[in-house]
Amino acid sequence: MGDNLFLQFVQQLINGISLGSIYALIALGYTMVYGIMKLINFAHGDVYMVGAYVGFFAATTANLPFFPSIILAMLATGLGGVIIERLAYKPLRHHPKIAILTTAIGVSLFLEYTTMLLLTPQPRTFPPLLPNAIYHIGGLIISFQQIVILAVSVILMILLTYVVNHTKMGKAMRAVSYDPDAAQLMGINVDKTISFTFFVGSSLAGAAGVLVGIYYNSIEPLMGIMPGMKAFIAAVLGGIGIIPGAMAGGLILGVVEALISGFISSTFRDAAAFAILIIILLIKPTGLFGKNEHEKV
Amino acid sequence: MLELKDINVYYGAIHALKGINLSVEEGQIVSLIGANGAGKTTTLRTISGLLRSKTGGITFFDEPLHKKNAEYIVCKGISHCPEGRRIFANMTVSENLEMGAFTRKDKKEIAATLKMVYEHFPRLKERISQMAGTLSGGEQQMLAMGRALMSRPKLLLLDEPSMGLAPILVKEIFNIIKEIHDMGTTVLLVEQNARMALSISDYAYVLETGTISLQGEARTLAESEDVKKAYLGG
Repeated sequence: MGDNLFLQFVQQLINGISLGSIYALIALGYTMVYGIMKLINFAHGDVYMVGAYVGFFAATTANLPFFPSIILAMLATGLGGVIIERLAYKPLRHHPKIAILTTAIGVSLFLEYTTMLLLTPQPRTFPPLLPNAIYHIGGLIISFQQIVILAVSVILMILLTYVVNHTKMGKAMRAVSYDPDAAQLMGINVDKTISFTFFVGSSLAGAAGVLVGIYYNSIEPLMGIMPGMKAFIAAVLGGIGIIPGAMAGGLILGVVEALISGFISSTFRDAAAFAILIIILLIKPTGLFGKNEHEKV
Repeated sequence: MLELKDINVYYGAIHALKGINLSVEEGQIVSLIGANGAGKTTTLRTISGLLRSKTGGITFFDEPLHKKNAEYIVCKGISHCPEGRRIFANMTVSENLEMGAFTRKDKKEIAATLKMVYEHFPRLKERISQMAGTLSGGEQQMLAMGRALMSRPKLLLLDEPSMGLAPILVKEIFNIIKEIHDMGTTVLLVEQNARMALSISDYAYVLETGTISLQGEARTLAESEDVKKAYLGG
């Protein structure tokens, strides 16, 4: 009996990590955009939905295999993110925060209902881009898809960490997010840096969209709402604006959700996620990795 | 080399700079002194493209700059070391310096400038991989100045480099400013410490609530009764 419980625990841990790595990918976009513009981009979950649709058409209409499909989805959402920022957010950058926040909600609705109008609200079956193999390892069940999801997420996160820490553009991102005025005095182009941030953040969401399409093999225009909110929770949990925080927050949220569904009931899953948000805001609003803001001298 | 003509800057309804005319000749140290809120920082921010003047113009080696963005102005050879240092506390000392050279491409030349900066500021070299936020106030000021030098400016704008520093460090910072100037960099210095500023400057402007009230050779200004009374403590 004890053995069984332990096995079930490990099984839920595995499920949780693969779900959590998807939350982490989406959370990264939230956190990067917040870091650089102090904006919660509420349209981010819908960018993820667009990524799933681009992947869908790449795989069906263009008949592309997994890797080209996911790369195409990343490029398309990356570009989409840049366009959204230029058209909707940039003109409002020097206006009160509430204006740009409301606009983000507008962009979110625009993406959702334009997709519905153009592609119908009907869910579509995502083509099986990856083999449906399932491995039984000592009583545990691991699917090939879970392995790919985790592998792709981990590779993307390693790439992102490298870009942010070691490339010129990544360092410019950190400089702008710390102090945009000082960054400008270095000759850093703030507009370009913000565009770059939107490109990277949105393309990660696009990748997540394709991975989820494959995992749940169904996509629809409103599929971005819930994962978008979960990823937002993950970003806040890790400390909004902090990149490793988003990764950790995503994984923790995924694991908690999987454990709750496995041991209590899957109907409590969403409640658990939002409870985490409430608790973190009450206890440590700066998030797990967040430091308390101290006065700059 | 730098010419400001009839500069008027507003913060909303507040008229912060009221028709400033100012010029800096190549090879000089020019200081801009005045009380808090007189518009010294605003003047520097306008030169470096962070603020816009409603009228008039700014030329640098006869090229109009007042419609250009900050990035272009850095490339043209004006570097601004801002008030309050504004270093990137979340980055290491060497990353901060690297950001200073953001507009430059040639790695070899950047390495040469870096070497020069470490010669001026040996203390920074000891702390290459330390997070900039953990440096002391004086070291942060040195880092901010070193960072500004990394773009190899022809004209260095220094805003309150002595602010909040112990007297001994103030002396050190002013010595370094002289060193930088001796190497051929022209300096436009904004200071509250008028005595120190005038002692190393060739020319000076006194700013009072957005207008230039006095200007002249630094030595003459230091002797002037008005300046003595208002800014040199008698």
